[in-house]
Amino acid sequence: MALATAASRTTNPLLLLLIFAVLGLVVTLRRTDAPWARGYRFYLIMALVVIVIRVVFRAVFSSGAAPGQAILFRLPHLPAPSWYTGVQIGGPVPVAGVLSATLDGARLACLLCCIGAANTLANPKRALRVLPGALNELGVAVTVALSVAPQLVESVQRVRRARRLRGAGGRGLRAVRAIAVPVLHDALDRSLLLAAGMDSRGYGRTGGATRASRRVTAALMLTGLAGLCAGAYGLLDASMPRGVGFGGFGVGTLLCVAGLALGGRRVARTRYRPDPWRWPEWAVTGCGVACAVVLSAGLGTTGGALTPDPLSWPPLPLLPTLAILVAALAAVAAPPVPGSVSSVPAVAREAALTGSGAVR
Amino acid sequence: MIEFDRMGVRYDGAAAPVLREVSLRIEEGELCLVIGHTGSGKSTLLAAINGLVPYFTGGTLAGRVVVGGRDTARFRPRELAGVVGLAGQDPLAGFVTDTVEEELAYTMEQLAIDPASMRARLEETLDLLGIAGLRNRALRTLSGGQQQRVAIGAALTAHPRILVLDEPTSALDPASAEDVLASITRLVHDLGVTVVLAEHRLERVLPYADRVVWLPGDGTVIAGDPAGVLARAGVAPPVVELGRLAGWDPLPLSVRDARRQAPSLRTRLPSAPPAARRMLYAGDVAPVLTARGIVVRYGGLIAVREAGLTLRRGECTALMGRNGSGKSSLLWAIQGSGRRSAGTVTVAGGAADPASLPARDARRLAGLVPQTPADLLYLDTVAAELAQADQDAAQANPVRANHDAAQANPVRAGAREILEGIAPGIPLDAHPRDLSAGQQLALALAVQLTAAPAVILLDEPTRGLDYQAKAGLTRTLDRLAGQGHAIVVATHDVEFAARSCDRVMVMAEGEIVTDGPAASVLTASPTFAPQVAKVLAPLPYLTVGQVEAALAPAVTP
Repeated sequence: MALATAASRTTNPLLLLLIFAVLGLVVTLRRTDAPWARGYRFYLIMALVVIVIRVVFRAVFSSGAAPGQAILFRLPHLPAPSWYTGVQIGGPVPVAGVLSATLDGARLACLLCCIGAANTLANPKRALRVLPGALNELGVAVTVALSVAPQLVESVQRVRRARRLRGAGGRGLRAVRAIAVPVLHDALDRSLLLAAGMDSRGYGRTGGATRASRRVTAALMLTGLAGLCAGAYGLLDASMPRGVGFGGFGVGTLLCVAGLALGGRRVARTRYRPDPWRWPEWAVTGCGVACAVVLSAGLGTTGGALTPDPLSWPPLPLLPTLAILVAALAAVAAPPVPGSVSSVPAVAREAALTGSGAVR
Repeated sequence: MIEFDRMGVRYDGAAAPVLREVSLRIEEGELCLVIGHTGSGKSTLLAAINGLVPYFTGGTLAGRVVVGGRDTARFRPRELAGVVGLAGQDPLAGFVTDTVEEELAYTMEQLAIDPASMRARLEETLDLLGIAGLRNRALRTLSGGQQQRVAIGAALTAHPRILVLDEPTSALDPASAEDVLASITRLVHDLGVTVVLAEHRLERVLPYADRVVWLPGDGTVIAGDPAGVLARAGVAPPVVELGRLAGWDPLPLSVRDARRQAPSLRTRLPSAPPAARRMLYAGDVAPVLTARGIVVRYGGLIAVREAGLTLRRGECTALMGRNGSGKSSLLWAIQGSGRRSAGTVTVAGGAADPASLPARDARRLAGLVPQTPADLLYLDTVAAELAQADQDAAQANPVRANHDAAQANPVRAGAREILEGIAPGIPLDAHPRDLSAGQQLALALAVQLTAAPAVILLDEPTRGLDYQAKAGLTRTLDRLAGQGHAIVVATHDVEFAARSCDRVMVMAEGEIVTDGPAASVLTASPTFAPQVAKVLAPLPYLTVGQVEAALAPAVTP
């Protein structure tokens, strides 16, 4: 996440490439074999698509080349109606425009990859377990929602195969209906079963909270979250005054903490073997934060180094480079993946067969 | 421990109450078995114990249910979580977390048990159910039997005094089911937990039961000691039926009891059972389907390796083997819709391998009813499904397949007639999803039969069927075999295989390890022997029907 902040601050291609490399390193070294960990490839593909779309749009809808700019190539020009002159379609495509579009795209792609990496590395369910007690019910709801996706995919595959048995193809509106009806039915049945199961296992025991206290908690949490959002936006968007950012952030945090403390008091629940937070965790967080701080503060760079002129060969500022490399340390510092996981994939396939017939 | 006092349940919009005037006491430490047909209210009775009925399902509860001193009218299910543990038919659907350890801890977390004793209880439970080796495994990667034991364990960690189990073994192969039942009996005997258990396949649990509660289906409940209730009950395992037939008293409940009373019966029986009563198919018995060297591979896992088989007209074959041995994969590969990595399939009269034909032609050669028949059904009414089936069947390519199929089976009736033949009395305006499991199966089978396939493949059709529905399925299969279809049934149910099939194939690790006539295969292996065979060994009798037929001339000379 810190890398994402860093990326949003620069369009220097060398630095962007470096960030990509660091992400790749961390992901390959520290990912597990769990299903969510296989998604990184899709994020990369999506990132490429983003770059391509950005460039194509820039080329087609370029607002004309300024005189004296190098022209890469010319597209057939489509005359736009006279009342709509802001945008030209086609026409000459300047090199500078394409390059800056590529870099812009790369920045966006880099952000995507950062999010992708975070998703790949963190077990969403484990992340939710860190939630404070007051948010426990919300956490369980999200956990359950997360587990629905793979089940839906499984159902769709099963029903699609079953459809072939009735001699029908897999296309068209009728096919959508024929697949959707059994799948939705399945999903509903399953969620009812799950809800019954959770209820009978003590989920949602209130332990004597009053209605008023619940309302106060909710109000505190909502305003707090709104404050946090405003603050985060203020901090990340360079054009906003710093004061707004920090102020919003601070107030939001305070309100949230108050809400959580109040809510946490009424929760009668314990946690089994909570995930420890020891020095590797601190180290990882530290690496990321250091990198972000250096790049957003613009330390060690002369004005243009982070956003260089797209046509010249970019310089490689020393300090930001080091900062990004520090983030790479996270790969080494992070706690190793539990050994038991490595034996899972073969068994998983077997069980997928066992559990649901031969689903695939 | 559990007391029902003039309890009744009526669901909203239902014409008659599901249960009425139920008065019943279940004492501490009992293993109480609940039996009855599908729809007789078993699940409702069980869910009423922890208050899911009526809090969760809706409906009106009359009378009182008192569990461990608490009235379920005043305590919600979540408040009863420490008293009643519940495990359902499909453990996977009830799992909240994703690893074994977290799942076991979940209930304790909800009950706010302090972390130290949580660790201790968790370790105890792992050992008690013999799942210590699985503690870090992801739940989805476990086999069905293991999942069920984890579900029971998850209910147990809260130290409930009552454990309610709704058909815990219905989806399991015989060996896994034994594991689960062994765990349950251990709980009853070692910990004194009161267990209330509903089960279709009585032959597995009856020997362990202290009390049987029979729901005849009219909303009333008949409870008593097992032998007494079963002498009257409409549902009974083969060993009880045999006991009734032979007039044994007390009625045997286990193979062991029956075996001790059997010598006299064995001397009365002729040494060879009478020929099968099935109307044998009169036509030629040339192979109708030949499969060679079938391999099904999913990534690195080989589900089926080099399996070959031939099917003949008028023959019903049971495909058995433990969960995950490749039965389903083989059926799907033969039909042509599933994955097949290598191997060939030829169907007599078919121009080509079913896998190379378009789907609607392939289904005229071999029809498959999948494990969840409801996957095939997607319209609003039974009538619409049938009409759609007729339309699909008429659309198939007339040049390539219709001609062959017509040759293979000249009788091609409409879907409605077929359904009437299989399961008369299904209301045509009902929603297919509202039908019982047996009726859904019949409807799916009718839809597939409309295409008049020469070969019919059924994947686990007996899952969730009660004795009546199974008997109906047996009759249907008899008739279809008599009409000249070749049938393959993948099943775990030994008794069903003994009654309906002429030939048994056993799969293990993706290979067909045994293939032979039902009588010799089923009597040869102890795991796959039906109860009657176990009682009457060394005589090669498989079913009560055979014994009855053998005794009939002697009784009425």
